[in-house]
Amino acid sequence: MIAGTAVVALAAGLGACAPADDTPVLTWYTNPDAGGQALLAQQCTQEAGGAYRIEVSVLPREASSQREQLARRLAAKDSSIDLMSLDPPFIPELANAGFLAPVPEDVAEEVSQDVAEGALLGASWGDELVTVPFWANTQLLWYKKSVAEAAGLDPATTPVTWDQVIGAARDQDLTLGVQGIKAEAYTVWINALVESAGGHVVETPEAAAEDVELGLESEAGQEAARIIAEIGADGLGGAGLPTQDENASLSQFQGDSGSFMVNWPFVWPAMQGAVEDGTLEQSFLDDVGWAVYPQVVEGEDAAPPYGGINLGVGAFSRHVDEAYEAAACIVRPENQAAYFVSDGNPPASTVAYDDPEVQETFPMADVIRQSLEQAAPRPQTPYYNEVSQGLQETWHAPRDVDPGSTPQQATDFIVAVLRGERLL
Amino acid sequence: MSTEITGATSGVASRSTTGAGPDRGAPAGPGGRPRRSDRARAEARLGWLLAGPAFVVMLAVTAYPILQAVYESLFRNRLTAPDDRAFIGLGNYGVILGDPVFWKSLGVTTGIMLVTVAVELVLGFALALIMHKAVTQLRGLLRTAILVPYGIITVVSAFAWFYAFSIDSGYVNQWFDWVPGISPDLNWFAGTWTSLFVIIASEVWKTTPFISLLLLAGLAQVPSDLEEAAQVDGATWWQRMKRVVLPNMKAAIMVAVLFRALDAFRIFDNVFIMTNGANDTTVLSLLAYRTSIGRLEIGLGSAISVLLFVCVLIICFIAIKIFKVDLAGARGEK
Repeated sequence: MIAGTAVVALAAGLGACAPADDTPVLTWYTNPDAGGQALLAQQCTQEAGGAYRIEVSVLPREASSQREQLARRLAAKDSSIDLMSLDPPFIPELANAGFLAPVPEDVAEEVSQDVAEGALLGASWGDELVTVPFWANTQLLWYKKSVAEAAGLDPATTPVTWDQVIGAARDQDLTLGVQGIKAEAYTVWINALVESAGGHVVETPEAAAEDVELGLESEAGQEAARIIAEIGADGLGGAGLPTQDENASLSQFQGDSGSFMVNWPFVWPAMQGAVEDGTLEQSFLDDVGWAVYPQVVEGEDAAPPYGGINLGVGAFSRHVDEAYEAAACIVRPENQAAYFVSDGNPPASTVAYDDPEVQETFPMADVIRQSLEQAAPRPQTPYYNEVSQGLQETWHAPRDVDPGSTPQQATDFIVAVLRGERLL
Repeated sequence: MSTEITGATSGVASRSTTGAGPDRGAPAGPGGRPRRSDRARAEARLGWLLAGPAFVVMLAVTAYPILQAVYESLFRNRLTAPDDRAFIGLGNYGVILGDPVFWKSLGVTTGIMLVTVAVELVLGFALALIMHKAVTQLRGLLRTAILVPYGIITVVSAFAWFYAFSIDSGYVNQWFDWVPGISPDLNWFAGTWTSLFVIIASEVWKTTPFISLLLLAGLAQVPSDLEEAAQVDGATWWQRMKRVVLPNMKAAIMVAVLFRALDAFRIFDNVFIMTNGANDTTVLSLLAYRTSIGRLEIGLGSAISVLLFVCVLIICFIAIKIFKVDLAGARGEK
C-alpha cells in the first residue's frame, strides 16, 4: 500500500518535470526596465512551441555594474549566460575578449534589415555585427517654445547651434539642461560635441591598448571644450551643473529657470506622468518642444548621442543556436514597437516607427528616428571604460575646462593609463 | 592602577571557578602539582578544540584571500584580456607608488581618519558621560536613542545625508540659509572641502555611538570610591576628570581610538554614494574598488589592496608600539 503510493507520487513527480527537462532553458540577463523584456521573453517562449524556454534574470541598475557582473562571469566561462542585454559602449570589450558567440550569417542578415545607421554601428565591432540591435536610444533637444520664440529661434524647423542655445539662455537669464556630473552622462555629452564638430575622441578604436590614438587635440576637441567651458564658467548650467545627471536636468528644465535641455526620450513619459500626478501644469507640457540635437558647426548635421541595448549571446552558452533564434524573435519590428509603447525605449528598427500606436504615444517618434540615423556611438574600443573615466577625470568640473589645455591633458592622461603607467 | 588589579582578580577568580567545574565530579583526592598540570593540559586542549574551528575558518576567509591578493598583485592581469596575463614582479607597486593619484587618496583617507576620530572621541566621551550619569529610569531610553545611528546601514545613512545636502532635493540649504556661506545655490558636492565636510559629518553621526559605547565600558571600570575620595578632598569636576577618570580609562580610550581609526581608514560607502571620488575625494578603498572591480585590472587592484592592508598594519603598529594600546588590559584580563 505504502509502496504503491510512493510509486504513484514518484510517477507524478517525474510527469511534472519531464517536459521541462527536454526544453533548453535560455537565461536572458536583462537590464531593469518596466517589465517589457520579461513580457517579450514569455511571448517568444510561447511562439517557440517547445524549442526553448526563456527565463529572465535582472542585472543591476547601473550600466557600469551590469558590465562588471557580466564581464566577471564571462571571464569565468559562465555557461548560464545565454542572452544578455548589453549597453553598446561595452560591446567591443566583450567581443574583443571572445566572450560573444559569433552571429550566424542568416541571423545577421535578418536582424540588420531596416535598422537605423547609428544602431547598426553600435552593434558592431571591427566591421562585423557581433550583437543583435534591439532598441536604440538617442538624445533630443527639448525646449520651451516660449523661450525659443523670445530668442527668435524655431528649432523644430531650422536646426539650432549650441552658440544660439547658449546665447538664448544668457540673454534671458535662464539655465541650460546639460549633464555635467562626473559620470557616464558627461562622457555622452563630451563625445556628442566632439563628434558633432567632425572629430572623434578615439581615432584608432581597434588598436591595442598601447597604440590607441586620441583625437581630442584637434579643432573638434577644442571646440567641444570651448562650449563646455562657456556653459560651465558662465554659470549657464546652474549651480547644480557639476553634479547634474539626466534626472536632475529634467527637474531643472521643469523649473522656472529651464530653457533648453539635451536629454533622452524618457523625459516625455516622465513629464506626462508628472502632469497626471498633478505636480506639473498641462500648460507646461503644451509649451514643450523637441528637435534634433544642436549643431556645433552651423550648417553641419549634429551627431547626437547613441545609446540603447543590443542582445549578445554568451560564448560559453550551451544553446547558442536557440539563443540566436530567440534573439531574432525578440527584436522583430512589431515587438520593438510594442516595447517602445510599454517601456518608452525607442526601436532600433526604422520600420517600427511607422506603427500607429507608436506615432500616437510618441509624437516625436520621427525626430527620434532621424536622430538615430545621424547618431554617432561613443568610442568603440575594448578600453572604453578607461577612455570614458579618463575623460571624466580630466574634463570635470565643466567650469574648469580650458579649451587650450584640457584636450591635451586628457590625451596625455588617457594614453598613460592605457599604457599602464598611470592609475585612474 | 587599581582598576587593573580589580580586573585581574575578578578575571582569575571567574576563570578558576569555571575551570574547576568539571573536575569536581572526578573521583580524586587533594589536588597536587601533577594533577594541576593535567588539568592545565586538558584545559589547553579544550581551548584548542573550542577555538580551532574558528581559527581554521579565519585562515580560510582571511589568510587565503590575502595571500591570493599578494600573488595576483605580481601579475599584469586584466579580466577581459586573459591572453595578456604576465608576471611583472613588483611593477604594479612601482606604478602605484609613483602615481600622484595614490598619494592624494592616501592623504584624503588619512585626513578623514584623523578628523573623524578626533571629533568622535570628544562627542563620544560626552555621550558616554551622559549615559553613565543618567538616572536609572532614563538610562535604557537614552542608550537606545544614542545607539540608533549605529544601527543604520552605512549605505542607507549615506543616501540620507546625500539627499539632505543635494542641491535639487535637499533641505539643508533651505533650513540653514541664515548661516553665512550657505545659500540655495550652494552645491555641496561640487567642491572638495564641502564634499569632505558632508562625508565626515555623516561618518561622525553614524559611528560616534560605537566609540561612546566603548568609552562607557571604560567609564564603568573607574571605581566610584576613587572619585568619591577625590570629591571629598575638594577636587573640582575638571580635576577629577583629568586626574582620576581619564587615567583610569586610558586603556579603553586607546582601544576605542584604534578600532575607529582602522574603521575610518577603510571608509568607502559614504564616498562611493556621495561623490564617487569626484572633486579629489577619492579614498584608498574606492581606488582599489575602481581599479579591480571597475577596470577589471586584477593585478593593479590587488596591489592597491595589499598597500591598503600594509597601511592598516602600520596604524596597528603605531598604536600598539608607540601609544602602547593594551588590548588585553581593556578587557580587564590582566
